[in-house]
Amino acid sequence: MDLYTELRQFADSWGLLYMMLIFIVVLFFVFRPGSKSYYEHQARIPLDEETSPDDKK
Amino acid sequence: MDPLSTVFAVALSGIATLLTLYFASQAQDTIFFVHMIIFALAAGLFTIYLARKCDFSREQMATPQGDDPGSYQGTYSDGIVRLGVIATIFWGIVGFTVGVVIAFQLAFPALNFDLPFTNFGRLRPLHTSAVIFAFGGNALIATSLYIVQRTCRVRLAFEPLAWFVFWGYQLFIVLAATGYLMGSTQAKEYAEPEWYVDLWLTVVWVAYLLVFMMTLMRRKEPHIYVANWFFLSFIVTVAMLHVVNGLALPVSPFGSHSYAAFSGVQSALVQWWYGHNAVGFFLTAGFLGMMYYFIPKQANRPVYSYRLSIIHFWSLIFLYIWAGPHHLHYTALPDWAQTLGMVFSVMLWMPSWGGMINGLMTLSGAWDKLRTDPILRMLVASVAFYGMSTFEGPLMSIRSVNGLSHYTDWTIGHVHSGALGWNALISFGAIYYLAPKLWSRREMYSLRLINWHFWIATLGIVIYAASMWVSGITQGLMWREYNADGFLVYSFAETVLILHPFYVMRAVGGLMFLFGAWIMAYNVWRTIRGERRVDQPVSEVITVGA
Repeated sequence: MDLYTELRQFADSWGLLYMMLIFIVVLFFVFRPGSKSYYEHQARIPLDEETSPDDKK
Repeated sequence: MDPLSTVFAVALSGIATLLTLYFASQAQDTIFFVHMIIFALAAGLFTIYLARKCDFSREQMATPQGDDPGSYQGTYSDGIVRLGVIATIFWGIVGFTVGVVIAFQLAFPALNFDLPFTNFGRLRPLHTSAVIFAFGGNALIATSLYIVQRTCRVRLAFEPLAWFVFWGYQLFIVLAATGYLMGSTQAKEYAEPEWYVDLWLTVVWVAYLLVFMMTLMRRKEPHIYVANWFFLSFIVTVAMLHVVNGLALPVSPFGSHSYAAFSGVQSALVQWWYGHNAVGFFLTAGFLGMMYYFIPKQANRPVYSYRLSIIHFWSLIFLYIWAGPHHLHYTALPDWAQTLGMVFSVMLWMPSWGGMINGLMTLSGAWDKLRTDPILRMLVASVAFYGMSTFEGPLMSIRSVNGLSHYTDWTIGHVHSGALGWNALISFGAIYYLAPKLWSRREMYSLRLINWHFWIATLGIVIYAASMWVSGITQGLMWREYNADGFLVYSFAETVLILHPFYVMRAVGGLMFLFGAWIMAYNVWRTIRGERRVDQPVSEVITVGA
């Protein structure tokens, strides 16, 4: 088998599996129990600017 | 900067001036000569500027002024963002104007004037680069540096380097623009500048990455807000795309010409891997960073779902990078690669619409603000256009649809509904949000003028996209029309003739969009001067009309 075919077969088997797994892990991590309030806090980062250096002028 | 590093910088840029002058003296062609002189002028002016800033007084020498992270308790560094906003407006108007000119050239070829410098073939890359890289790039640099400071609650890291990024990027734009007019190109779409301009952009871009990453690393906020994820992926990916696609061997170190490292179908694939991810990461990921900051700020509500924004991010970057081959349907590219590009493009519907829903639903419970706030209306319309053009794109990537749409004006219409509708409208919204804040004004000079800008621009986009749909599908159908004996029914010139009215309509749509940008420039100028127009409130007027 030439290099092209080997690389191609690796990419569409193990490579694909690896990427899918990472993506599934991300999905599960984001929706893990108890993460809702954790993320709700982060969503407020741009709105809660009272701690910004601007206010210490 | 402390005096010693200023002296070091003076020496460095002085050497750069001399070196570029030497290169100019050895130049083998006019383009290279002109560009080296531009380089030398820029470096020379920079040397003089720095030398005048040198201060060897005892106090200056004694007080250390390093970038000690703890010392940033003052205000954010917004000078660079102010300049970025002005540069965005300036290059926007330049880019839109060239666009209108070439639109009229297509309708009335006499406007090419039979001069090499005003030829459509040279003005077209000038237009695309001016709007994407000069207008869009400046908008991205300015907003990313504004947002990263706010959401990390920290001043910019390496501030002098950030200024280098800004001016270095303007120099890149000038080199690219003058190069196009002189006919310099490495013949790669959206990557036309030759090898030495590419190298310069690489230096500037790495500096940008350093400034952005170091600011993130010094953050006072424990979490990295999602807008910064999008900006970081945009900076990193563009660096990778630019370097790989720009790989080329110069004919001579003193000449402007070079040969690409790849050839044939490999070159085509690398080019469209670059080209489509320029759309995906420059024009999508970066601008999504704007969406995730300015819409929550302007609506004063947190993003609809932060979890969706994380999934949006990962699915977008996992899928986009594979979509490039859809530009090479029915070519020498292997069938499996074409299919892969098509399938990934279709899958992109999911993150695109997930992101669009996330942006739009941020307004849930605050929809009434759309009636009174033209800035929010502009931001929301841009997300709606994002949804529309990311619906159209995957559709056009399907091989059989592409057979009809490719090489026709449908593609041009699609690109402009995305670029004008999504990228430009969200940048305008960001400018209207930023201008009063950056120049410490309570509000924009006139909200009614923003309203005018919104409607003229939107109407212009609709006219543009609609005329290009009709002309593109007409063109596609005429090209593939065979008679019973298997001969083509129409000659190419016949298809050109029938498209004339649509080309005029498109030029009018573009002209309206340009006019809107002038309204914005006027409005921002009056805002900077600290003036306020006595307007009727936007909401009342609408109630009276209804």
